[in-house]
Amino acid sequence: MTAVLVLVPAVDGSAFALLTLARRLGSPLAVACGPADDVAVAALGRFGAASVYSVSSTDFDRSPVAARVEVLAALARRRSPAAVLIAASRTGQEVAARLSVRLDSGAVGDVVDLRADAGGPVAVQAAGGGSGRVESRVVRGTPVFAVRTAAVTPSPAPAEPAVTRTHFALPSRTRAARRLGPGQRPSLATADIVVAGGHGVGSRAGFDLVGQVADALGGAVGGSHTATELGWCPRNAQVDQTGTIVHPRLYVALGISGSVRHRAAMRHATTVIAVDRDPASPIFEVADLGVVGDLHEVVPALLTEIKRRRSSVAPKPATTPRRHP
Amino acid sequence: MQIVVVVRQPMLAGRPARLDDADEIAVDQARRIALCRRDVEVTALAPGPAAAAATVRRALALGADVGVHVHDARLPGGDALAISRVLATAVQRVGFDLVVCGCAPADAAWAMVPAMLAERLGVPSLCFADTLRVGSRTVEISRPEVYQAALPAVVSVTERCGEPRYQRFSAAARQPVRTWSLADLGLDDDSLAEATTVVAAMPMPRRTGTVIQGDPATAAGRVADFLAERQFL
Repeated sequence: MTAVLVLVPAVDGSAFALLTLARRLGSPLAVACGPADDVAVAALGRFGAASVYSVSSTDFDRSPVAARVEVLAALARRRSPAAVLIAASRTGQEVAARLSVRLDSGAVGDVVDLRADAGGPVAVQAAGGGSGRVESRVVRGTPVFAVRTAAVTPSPAPAEPAVTRTHFALPSRTRAARRLGPGQRPSLATADIVVAGGHGVGSRAGFDLVGQVADALGGAVGGSHTATELGWCPRNAQVDQTGTIVHPRLYVALGISGSVRHRAAMRHATTVIAVDRDPASPIFEVADLGVVGDLHEVVPALLTEIKRRRSSVAPKPATTPRRHP
Repeated sequence: MQIVVVVRQPMLAGRPARLDDADEIAVDQARRIALCRRDVEVTALAPGPAAAAATVRRALALGADVGVHVHDARLPGGDALAISRVLATAVQRVGFDLVVCGCAPADAAWAMVPAMLAERLGVPSLCFADTLRVGSRTVEISRPEVYQAALPAVVSVTERCGEPRYQRFSAAARQPVRTWSLADLGLDDDSLAEATTVVAAMPMPRRTGTVIQGDPATAAGRVADFLAERQFL
C-alpha cells in the first residue's frame, strides 16, 4: 500500500484525526517533528500509524515552517506518497502552501473530510465560512491537504509502527522566518479571543468574573458602552462603534443586551457565545450559542467545568504535554 | 523601499468598487509604513477581470501610489497554485522589498496564496499577522507568537491589524492604472494548468444559533462542550 504522509501537529486529538483520514488513502507514515518518545509512538500506533518518522532538530522551534517544508519535501520525493496531510493551523497552512509549490502539486485547504476514489482522493471542503461544501480533487502531483482536524472524529485502529529516528538541520544560509517568542497578551483589537461584560454584570466587583473567564480562555477583556460609562472597566476596553472594533475568532458576551452600536463593533467575530437574562436581547440574534440565565450562576459553573476538563486528561489517551506548534 | 500590496476583486458581484476587509487593511498597513519613511512606493496589484480595475482604484484611494491590473481572459480562477504563479511574475516585474496580502478567513484557497507566492519568490513568509512592524531590514509580526524575518519577505495580515483610516480623494485616485496581460508577463498556458479541480459543490443550510435555557450547571456544561468542539479549550 502506498504511504500517506501525516505531519504530526502534536500527539493529541488533531494527530489522531489526521491518521484516521490517512488510513482511508493508504498506509499512514507519521512524521513527528521533535523526537517522539515511546508513549507518543504507542499513541500514534493506536490510531493506525504504520510507521513513525521521528525527526529531531532545533530548527523546528526556530523556523517552524521552513524546517517542516524541507523534511516533508525530502520525504515526499523519496517515498512518492498518495497524499500529504497537514493540520490546518496557521503554521500548517503555511507549510501546506509552500510544500505544494515545492512539489508543484495541487493543495486543498480547509478540508473537513477525505475519501478514496478511483480517480484519486476527493477532499470535502467547508467553503464560504461554512455556507457550502465543495468536493475537489487534485489533478497534478502529490495531493497536499490542509485538514481542519476539529471537524474529524478520530477512530482507533491499532498498529505496530516501525520507528525511524533521524536528525535534521536546515542549511545554514536558509532565508526563513524565525520564531522569536510566545508574544505578549494580545491587546483588545488584535485579540483572538475576547470576553466582554455589560450591564448585566451588575457591579464593578462582578466584573472580576469577566476577567476570570478571559484568563481561563486566554483572551482579552472588553466592556460594553454601559460597563465603561459606569466605570466597571477602563474606557480603552470599550467594545463599541466609537471604542474598539474587534475581530476575534471567539467572542463571549456576558450580560450584554447587544445594542446596535455594540453589535457594529463585534459583528466580525467568527463565533459568538452570549449569556444574558433577557430572552429578547438582540445579542441572541447574532450568537452561535446563547444561554438565557443569570450569568452569576452560569459563569461560575462554566469556570468550574473548564477547570475540571483541563485537569482531567482522561478522554484523550496518552496526551503528552509537549506541543509542536 | 518597494511595497507591493496584492488586492483581489471581492467575490460578491454587484459591489465592484469595494475591497475585502482584509485587503483594505493590507493597503492601510502599507500606507502606515509609508508614513514613517521617505523612500516608500506602494504598488497595488490586482489580478482579475475588467471589474478588478475598480479594485485597484479603491486601493489607490486608500493609500497606494501606483496601480497594476493583471487582466487576461486566460487568468486562472480558483486555483491557488496558478494564481500564485501569475502574482510571483508580476511582483518580480514591479520589484519588491515587502509584499503585503490580506487574508480573508472564509477563503481557504486564498489563505494559501501568500505562502505559495513567498515560496515562488524564494523569500520568507509571515502569514496571518495580527500585528505588523517593519524595520529598516527586518519585518516582525505577532499572531500572538512573534516571528521575524529579513527583508525581502511576504506577509499576510488579518483584519485584526487595525481599522483602516478614511480614504483620501487625492490625485492618486486619478492616476492611470497599468494593465498587463499574461503575454506581457511572459506566461503561457502550460504553466497555468490547474492543479485542482472541483468535483461537486453544494450549499449548506444556513447555520442558526441555538439558545438554551434552564439549569445553570447544565447550561455551563453545554457551553464547555461548544468550546471544546470548536477547539477553544
